[in-house]
Amino acid sequence: MGTLRRVLAKGGPFIGLILVIGLFALPAETRQYFLTFHNFKIIFTQSVIVSIGALGMTMIIVSGAIDLSVGSTVALTGVVGALLIQHGWGAAAATAAAIACGGLVGLVNGAAIAGLRMPSFIITLGMLGIGRGMAKWLADNQTVNYDTSPINTWMTTPRPAGHDLPAGVWVAIALAVLTSLVLRRTVFGRHVFAMGSNEAAARLCGVPTVRLQVLVFALAGCFFGLAGLFQLSRLRLGDPTVAVGLELDIIAAVIIGGASLNGGSGTILGSIIGALIMAVLRNGSQQMGWPNYFQEIIIGVVIIAAVFLDRFRRGGRA
Amino acid sequence: MNPGPRLSLEGIGKSFGATQALGSVSLAVAAGEVHALIGENGAGKSTLLKILSGAHAADTGRMTLEGRPYQPAGPADARARGVAMIYQEVSLAPHLSVRENILLGAESSALGWIDGKASRRRARAALEVLGYGHFPLERAAGDFTIAEQQVIEIARALLLEPRVLIMDEPTSSLTKTDTERLFEVIGKLRAQGVSIIYVSHFLEECRRVCDRYTVLKDGEAVGSGAMAGASVDTLVALMTGRPVSDLYPRIARQPGRTVLESRGLERAPRVRGVSLAVREGEIFGLAGLIGAGRTDFLRAVFGLDRAEAGSVEVVGQPGGRPTPRRRWQQGLGFLSENRKEEGLMLNQPIRDNITLTKLPAFGRLGWISHRRQAAAAARWTGELSVRCRGVDQNVGELSGGNQQKVALARLLEHPARILLLDEPTRGIDVGSKAQIYEIIGRLAGAGKTVIIVSSYLPELLGLCDTIGVMRRGELVAVRPRAEWSEPELLRFAVGKD
Repeated sequence: MGTLRRVLAKGGPFIGLILVIGLFALPAETRQYFLTFHNFKIIFTQSVIVSIGALGMTMIIVSGAIDLSVGSTVALTGVVGALLIQHGWGAAAATAAAIACGGLVGLVNGAAIAGLRMPSFIITLGMLGIGRGMAKWLADNQTVNYDTSPINTWMTTPRPAGHDLPAGVWVAIALAVLTSLVLRRTVFGRHVFAMGSNEAAARLCGVPTVRLQVLVFALAGCFFGLAGLFQLSRLRLGDPTVAVGLELDIIAAVIIGGASLNGGSGTILGSIIGALIMAVLRNGSQQMGWPNYFQEIIIGVVIIAAVFLDRFRRGGRA
Repeated sequence: MNPGPRLSLEGIGKSFGATQALGSVSLAVAAGEVHALIGENGAGKSTLLKILSGAHAADTGRMTLEGRPYQPAGPADARARGVAMIYQEVSLAPHLSVRENILLGAESSALGWIDGKASRRRARAALEVLGYGHFPLERAAGDFTIAEQQVIEIARALLLEPRVLIMDEPTSSLTKTDTERLFEVIGKLRAQGVSIIYVSHFLEECRRVCDRYTVLKDGEAVGSGAMAGASVDTLVALMTGRPVSDLYPRIARQPGRTVLESRGLERAPRVRGVSLAVREGEIFGLAGLIGAGRTDFLRAVFGLDRAEAGSVEVVGQPGGRPTPRRRWQQGLGFLSENRKEEGLMLNQPIRDNITLTKLPAFGRLGWISHRRQAAAAARWTGELSVRCRGVDQNVGELSGGNQQKVALARLLEHPARILLLDEPTRGIDVGSKAQIYEIIGRLAGAGKTVIIVSSYLPELLGLCDTIGVMRRGELVAVRPRAEWSEPELLRFAVGKD
């Protein structure tokens, strides 16, 4: 039991990822194709949006809060990006604007939570509606089309069969490394952990908890804005109805990755692996020819199993 | 009339691990008797109450209730046997009505449907016994005052027709008028033949309302008898009387200039116009009962709660609204009495817990050097002999004494020059206690200032240069240590000037 705990503690989510990959690498139907580079290129590309969202969500969950408005924020920033491109903005300017737009939504979330002293669950549940409504309003309730933009190429490579990865994957990897360092090695990051672990103790120690709360949501919002931009890149248009329920996938990735909803624990690496586990499950299920509903059931079971194992490895304490 | 006692305890003992909470306590309560259970904090009262109410099982001894063996399997079993308990903190469901609260768990129902008529009749009857038959039954319990809520709670206990009613500090949150009403209620219960075990720190109150008393000290019953024959002084003498052991450091020091001054600090209801000044190199003790406002005073000084009036000056530092952040910058440090809820981040490493107040000092441009942070933390875990696997271990995995050392190390690492310590030795082993005393002594010797709140009087008498006593929010006396004795402190704390 003790040894099992230690093994799980060291590589919990990693073991999960290997198990899931093994699940699809072994059956005769998928064996030939599943473990190819090309397939993993697809899996990586498919997990970019959830992964970038998970970076922001990890910060929020570690700080002891939750954000339910991510799907709406992604749709809103995608629409804003598409509209700006339509109006002749360049790729860099539109990207900056989309990120700023996401940051603004996060800023409003954080300010409302800290200022009104209301639970993040309630405020962001409200923002889920507000953001979606604004996206539809701005888009005039239809998709926003534009001729072309360099952004369209960020989630693809010139040769689909080639051995290179799309820009989005590299951006996600770079940001993951950066965020992980920020959370582990900066004053800001340690304060986020302290606040999530015990807000009263953090306040007692002079951590500016109100400012920190706002900052965490604003920064996470920037990540969600970027995720919205990659959503736009994938669709090549702005769709105000896209990404419904995306926040639940992102939260699931963070939780599978070992973060606690009580705050104070979680790692970027874990969350990214969580996102990959879900992407592998989706990809594998499709290749096995399993119907969509079956994938949903499996992912549901994986979430519960992951948290159960996590509690087990912590010795019964959730 | 049953000639024997209603409830009797013989040789009740209880240990938690190596700590003996109760040695061998015997006690008897007659029908219709109000029996005072008296003792200092930590004397074993809570443990005894928990054994009586079925929350703990005794290790040794036996209890009889109305002549039959009484061994409750749990709180529910104790209630069913007729032993009910009223806790210090009101435990009503504030959103439910008075009627629902009184009948909670004992609803009148048919096939799961509440029988409204019978419910109202039973709730009304219970309230009438207490003289509160006029209470609106359908109003939410949360709308009532604390005193009224207490009545509702007693009514709930009466529903099961208890033979013994235990009241734990029932007046600690009541005003004088409400206390009088409670005494009337107790009189009515006594007339009904209910036996009451009354636990209170307020000795004058015990003398008024109780027939007999038992004094606990260090887990033993050190005296009992009829209340009529006992003065407050006798009771105090029984409660105290332990020689101050040589646990405490004796370092000669001469307090210097004033470094912190509070002027008329006010935060209702628990801090009422507190003025005091503490000096460099001084250990200033705050004595008083739990709930007397000592913690609230420290919190207001540190900016954790906002004061409504008055001010606190840190000499040589600019004024302005105090916040914990500013206080740390001014060289103050605060050790919370709630180690788990407020003091420490249990699922974070020792390293972060010790260095949280000064993280920026461990790096450049916001990036922290783990190496220097760990070295600083390791220095303290070594110096305070914190038993741990390393500074990366989570604080939650340490024992209470070691956790407390980590919490204290944060103030030392900062380093704070004015330390506010709230119950720094609560719930920790004697070895760790002695170490913490030594640290406090050394700090003062090095010119730091310590304000220490403690409910353990020998500790204050052993450590402090000056001791102030708070009672119901007011600082009622401040004297040099030499002019205090344990009975004297207690007399001021319980209100016999």
